[in-house]
Amino acid sequence: MSEVWDVVVAGAGIVGAACAAECAGLGLRTAVVEAAEIGGGATAAGMGHIVVMDDSPAQMALTHYSQTLWHALSPHLGPAVEYESCGTLWVAVDDQEMDEVRRKHRVYASAGITTEILDSHSLAEAEPHLRQPLAGALLVPSDGVLYPPCAAACLMEQAQHNGARLYAPRRVVFARAGTARLDDGTELHAAHIVLAGGADTVQLLPELPIRGRKGHLVITDRYPGMVRHQLVELGYLKSAHSVTTDSVAFNVQPRRTGQILIGSSRQYGAEDSAVDHEILAAMIDRTRWYLPDAGSLSAIRVWTGFRAATPDKLPLIGPWPGDETLILATGHEGLGITTSLATARLVADHLLGRKPKISIEPYLPERFSRSLAHA
Amino acid sequence: MPEPAPTRIASTSASAPPVALTVNGVPLTVAPGTTVAAAVCIAGAHARTSVSGEPRGPLCGMGICFECRVTVDGTPHRRGCQVLCAPGMDVRTS
Amino acid sequence: MSAHFDLVVVGAGPAGIAAAIAAARAGRSVALVDDNPAPGGQIWRHGAHLPAAARKWLVELQASSVVPFYGWRVIDHPAARLIRAESGADCTDLQYDRLILATGARERFLPFPGWTLPNVLGAGGLDAMVRGGLPIAGKRVVVAGTGPLLFAVAGHLAARGAKILAICEQAQLGHLASFARCLLSDPAKLFQGAGYMLAARGARLHTGCWPVAAAGTTQLESVTLCQGSRKWTVACDYLACGFHLAPNTELAQLLGCRTAYGFVVTDDLQRTSVTDVFCAGEPTGIGGVELALIEGQIAGLAAAGKLRDAQSLVPRRQRKLGFVAALRESCTLNPSLRNLADEDTIVCRCEDVRHAALRGRASWRDAKLHTRCGMGPCQGRICGVATEFLFAWHADSVRPPVLPAMVSSLASPGPTRNQPASLSAETAISAHSKETP
Ligand SMILES: Cc1cc2nc3c(=O)[nH]c(=O)nc-3n(C[C@H](O)[C@H](O)[C@H](O)COP(=O)(O)OP(=O)(O)OC[C@H]3O[C@@H](n4cnc5c(N)ncnc54)[C@H](O)[C@@H]3O)c2cc1C
Ligand SMILES: Cc1cc2nc3c(=O)[nH]c(=O)nc-3n(C[C@H](O)[C@H](O)[C@H](O)COP(=O)(O)OP(=O)(O)OC[C@H]3O[C@@H](n4cnc5c(N)ncnc54)[C@H](O)[C@@H]3O)c2cc1C
Ligand code: FES
Repeated sequence: MSEVWDVVVAGAGIVGAACAAECAGLGLRTAVVEAAEIGGGATAAGMGHIVVMDDSPAQMALTHYSQTLWHALSPHLGPAVEYESCGTLWVAVDDQEMDEVRRKHRVYASAGITTEILDSHSLAEAEPHLRQPLAGALLVPSDGVLYPPCAAACLMEQAQHNGARLYAPRRVVFARAGTARLDDGTELHAAHIVLAGGADTVQLLPELPIRGRKGHLVITDRYPGMVRHQLVELGYLKSAHSVTTDSVAFNVQPRRTGQILIGSSRQYGAEDSAVDHEILAAMIDRTRWYLPDAGSLSAIRVWTGFRAATPDKLPLIGPWPGDETLILATGHEGLGITTSLATARLVADHLLGRKPKISIEPYLPERFSRSLAHA
Repeated sequence: MPEPAPTRIASTSASAPPVALTVNGVPLTVAPGTTVAAAVCIAGAHARTSVSGEPRGPLCGMGICFECRVTVDGTPHRRGCQVLCAPGMDVRTS
Repeated sequence: MSAHFDLVVVGAGPAGIAAAIAAARAGRSVALVDDNPAPGGQIWRHGAHLPAAARKWLVELQASSVVPFYGWRVIDHPAARLIRAESGADCTDLQYDRLILATGARERFLPFPGWTLPNVLGAGGLDAMVRGGLPIAGKRVVVAGTGPLLFAVAGHLAARGAKILAICEQAQLGHLASFARCLLSDPAKLFQGAGYMLAARGARLHTGCWPVAAAGTTQLESVTLCQGSRKWTVACDYLACGFHLAPNTELAQLLGCRTAYGFVVTDDLQRTSVTDVFCAGEPTGIGGVELALIEGQIAGLAAAGKLRDAQSLVPRRQRKLGFVAALRESCTLNPSLRNLADEDTIVCRCEDVRHAALRGRASWRDAKLHTRCGMGPCQGRICGVATEFLFAWHADSVRPPVLPAMVSSLASPGPTRNQPASLSAETAISAHSKETP
């Protein structure tokens, strides 16, 4: 069997589903190939925090752009997507971290994002279950939370509504020069093949500079109202110098269900999806330090997921230098839920030759081609 | 053919005094060895309200289904069928 | 807190009790852990009205050196040869050289309209509630579902003064007859079964019959039963309804034990695929008390190193296996039970996911991720068994905790460290907040 499309998308995680929705919405004949469930990969493991981050100007640009796209889309997301604009509180422990709060406040302001500096007292009022006293926090009201697998399904439905065809469960086993071969022998031909297989994209392109970075999460039973914002620590300065491969952070999220999602951890080189109790314990201890009552909550499930990490922490979006019919949309590490919509927009802009709203430069895969050529 | 012989073991010793507790603030006295789930039923209450608003009571009686969850002495989400009533216990349903 | 035992036995039903006693007699230090406040498992629990044989085992257990952990539930397996258990706000680690899993079975429930109403319980469920102090004298009870448990429950409830209005067994009479022949070949079983029937005298037995709806405003008021084309409604106080049993294999799965057809795979000496982990009783196959007792003894002796003694019991186990097959046969569910639920019927009771939302889903995982089915505190223990029958899905993904546990228990069994890990000097795990989420 052999079929011709404008674009084939390999993978229906949140990134692939967003790309499919975007392409089909523009009238491109779109095929999507998904090996397992829609949004069942890293997308089913992620926290679903829609967050603007300022690690680098490129990261800020992509996350901010994507967030505005989520805002625009939010009225069209069904209740199952559980979109909630709860805002983020970046929590500061001491004066040094309050300096970071003020710096962040300035950076966000210069990008046109309104934020609010909370002092110790107003932080305690905003989140009564946090440890007291803490120095304060930066409130980013425009950040939000959603339920990623249903967001991916919603985007996929939108794509199908606009004529996209879904091949599932089917795996792309080979993709080169405008041809994608599926595990049942079907060949799909297209001007472009979008590789959105998350961390598994390396199975199609082994030379990709992507490593799995393992994360742990804990979900609790329902405690409505206990936590009101996504709470993230700002303790970066203290730990910046202890560069180790394994790390944990206080990162707690209120779900619309009233459940509390507790994160997060990062590990390189962990291939196994089993729960690592040492890192889990460190993560929980850290959570309890910030949120003392968290210890007595009833935990329902612990799981792990793998982020697709690149060496420079920026995703790979755009043509693969070795074969320009292959368009990469992967390597989103811990921000792929947030940046999926902007990624899809950049991919579509590239396919149609449109000028993108933000520069695609920093995310182009060619930035690694020189180092790869020498590898 | 004989009936199975009735026997008692230590945990439900007949000589132990009754247990006084409260369910939703209302005093209640039960036999020793009574589970919180049974006490809630005796009090005429439903253990919990489901996420779509239905009243629910125990299903499995053995700690598996979590339908009997109640707040015991301030701790929410405890399975009433796995907890024995104790003197002065404060049980709340939702 | 942490303690070491030669042997830790999880589950204090007949299999676990027999295993613990056998190993203790062989001179091993043994811990016996059970979620329930008293030993006995599902049938010997809560003391009253026990058969003499059960009483003998419980008395022997009490006289033995076995260290009881009743009211402790095993929640996790944080490291090799270590399980973690929780009781109220307490948490402890139990180290073992060998582990015996005797985690028993739970009832299988099938969704039908009204099954979520208060006072619709499992058959074993109502029985356990009554053993736990629920007054049943004078109450009108319909017992329904499938399996010998129905008769045991009806008998016990009748002995406590309940009015058993009907016993509805979904199997046809023919199926039951072959099962009865099997009982006849096993006098001990016959003894129990007949005793129960005697106690439930006056109750009407309907075969090929099941509930199609339960009704009531805030709790059960009536049950509609069907038998072939006949339908009728019975006013009652309780519906005790269970469709035989499903094994509790979650802990075995968490430990990595191999399972086949939903049961834990063991060799003749009850050894699982994981070194030094044994399994006995219902998780290896639903076979009732006597098989559980034999398997428990084999496991206890084998785990204590008494291989020859253990081996000598194997033929007795073998003889009981015919009963397992006959039981399975007689409890085979009628395919029309798949049509009991209508589209509004809740299938996942924790998350209130209705049948309509599940139709057309590709798999358990697909349903779970997109409808929340199985995401609640029971983690699919109830709806996973139901959807296996309804949709042929397999709900087999087990993650810690095995049962919901305090967040702190997932971190450590000891008192809280009052410092985030990265702020204390020793740890190699650093904070990374800048890179969150
Ligand atoms: C613990 C954790 C917390 C996180 N928290 C957040 C957060 O709060 N906010 C945020 O924005 N991001 C977060 N992330 C990151 C986010 O989850 C990911 O970046 C995002 O889900 C990546 O989506 P994806 O579509 O690229 O990959 P995936 O979701 O992995 O999807 C890839 C899909 O492709 C399919 N596939 C792969 N290969 C093939 C093939 N050859 N043929 C067909 N199909 C194929 C897979 O089956 C899969 O469904 C977190 C991640 C983790 C692990
Ligand atoms: C925002 C959000 C909220 C969530 N809320 C809930 C919730 O309320 N309740 C809930 O139960 N879940 C919740 N989940 C989690 C979800 O059910 C899954 O646990 C999650 O998708 C991760 O899958 P999993 O690894 O647990 O296993 P599965 O989805 O079952 O399986 C996927 C993969 O994990 C591997 N795997 C499964 N079990 C193990 C194991 N024991 N050891 C090693 N590998 C294993 C399998 O091999 C398989 O490859 C939520 C997820 C998100 C993103
Ligand atoms: S009744 Fe099922 S857990 Fe208590």
